[in-house]
Amino acid sequence: MQNNSIAYGFLAPALLVMTLCGVIPLAFVAFYSVHDTFAGNNFVWVGSTWFQQVLTSPDFYAALARSLGFSLLVLAIEIPLGIYIALRMPARGLLSSFYIILMAIPLLTPTIVVGYIWQVLTLPQVGLLTAGAASLGLDYDMTNPVIVWMTLALMDTWHWTSFVVLLCFAGLRAIPDDYYRAAHIDGASGWAIFRFIQLPKLRFALLLAILLRFMDSFIIYTEAYVVTRGGPGVSTTFLSHELVQTATVQFDLGEGGAISVIYFLIVLCVSWAFFTLIVPGGPGGSANTKVGPS
Amino acid sequence: MTRKFSPAPAIYVALLMVPIYWLIVMSLKTNGEIRGGLTLLPQAPTFANFQLIFSSPAWYLGYVNATIYVLMNVCISIVVAIPAAYAFSRYRFPGDRILFFGFLVFRMMAPAILLVPFVQIFSDLGLIDTYIAVAIAHCFFNVPIAIWILEGFISSVPREMDESAMMDGYGFARFFRCILLPQIAPGIAVTAFFCFMFSWIELLLANALTVVHAKPIGAIMTRAGGVLAADIALLAAASVLSLIPGVIMIVFVKNHLARGFSMGRIS
Repeated sequence: MQNNSIAYGFLAPALLVMTLCGVIPLAFVAFYSVHDTFAGNNFVWVGSTWFQQVLTSPDFYAALARSLGFSLLVLAIEIPLGIYIALRMPARGLLSSFYIILMAIPLLTPTIVVGYIWQVLTLPQVGLLTAGAASLGLDYDMTNPVIVWMTLALMDTWHWTSFVVLLCFAGLRAIPDDYYRAAHIDGASGWAIFRFIQLPKLRFALLLAILLRFMDSFIIYTEAYVVTRGGPGVSTTFLSHELVQTATVQFDLGEGGAISVIYFLIVLCVSWAFFTLIVPGGPGGSANTKVGPS
Repeated sequence: MTRKFSPAPAIYVALLMVPIYWLIVMSLKTNGEIRGGLTLLPQAPTFANFQLIFSSPAWYLGYVNATIYVLMNVCISIVVAIPAAYAFSRYRFPGDRILFFGFLVFRMMAPAILLVPFVQIFSDLGLIDTYIAVAIAHCFFNVPIAIWILEGFISSVPREMDESAMMDGYGFARFFRCILLPQIAPGIAVTAFFCFMFSWIELLLANALTVVHAKPIGAIMTRAGGVLAADIALLAAASVLSLIPGVIMIVFVKNHLARGFSMGRIS
């Protein structure tokens, strides 16, 4: 075992960086959550006061519910759509590369620009969506919460579905042609091929896609804020907005800290659930290739 | 994945391009024309919006600033992630699984959670409004993703490679430089792509940690969007330009993109 301690040496730089930009800030947040501040730098221990305040606040639960609802909504759209497009992609060749390049463009669009694009598309009268809806005799009314939610879901679908497509596409490309030939000989239907060959091979890619899409939509901030400013009313005020509002606008460090800690615990639980599914063996999921020293 | 031609991806990609097309059209119009009504093509295409951006340091430095801190972040992330990924790939040690998970949790965390402490810490260190502050802040999500992707790529390199190198008397430094890194070069390119992408699109922290000198283009757009809410055409031009580094990045790694999305694990 002693030659394995060198592993800690290899990990040291990464641990150092993560301590600086992850662990220490998180410790600050935890510290805020159990203290009250007076005159800037005087911290007084207040125990679980902030947590009680947050956990009895209807605003917090409403924002949490909106965030969860939004995540589930975009997952329900993006995952099936992503799988479908990946299944229909040409396996290789120029056309395939061409699609991949174009699909990657929304992924590399800065969040502020994504928000800005959808703000402009939904401008009254001169936006493409509003004008398009008007020409069909529909009223694209950005003061209607249902329309606003639809816009945000559409925006997220535009921004991130390609991520699911590319993950699934990579998974599908790994299936050897022999599998398809064997299925063909057995007279398997398209559905059977999907259900028994493609879907199992997509397990890793799909779990990863669901995890990353869930988390990233759960923490959505900039795009949604640019399009809606959290409104109309508070109908699109998500947990991140609530948190930034509390911590930086009202400058309520304690309450912001408590929201952050609860937020972090939710992230921790969901991540752990997925982690045990994605990575059954060793640390990185490549355990089967390891030869453990005795 | 199909051998028959299917219109579905073509339709999907075409729909994806509609907002991009719209953005480009608007960047070539004047505000008067945008306000005047909906036209699918600019009636009198003008590059005035782009000229304004390129002639004003307050605008174009936003791209330079963002590019600098993103590239710094990509370098830091990859340099610290390679040895860490190697450790996770090749060694079993007490706490390996928990540590690996510990890294990943940070990738899942909302930047909003760390916003206030980052501002506090970097102002105590006197690093507010510097490139390095944003580059380090963005490490909390990029180092974990870099470790994860590189771990997959390193694990696909046979262990025998390490063993024979050690038998030939290579030290770790020489082994990494001469053998491992060339083997995982596509993995490094793909990791760079992912780190670039997540750092380039992030705004909340980048905006909060900068004031003037390191302000990224996105934050400049927010400010302009507040002050000159009417100047849609200028913001459209700024948006179009903000896509260019991403497109360059895509072209640079396009051959490895599909494999990269498998995180090096399926191939």
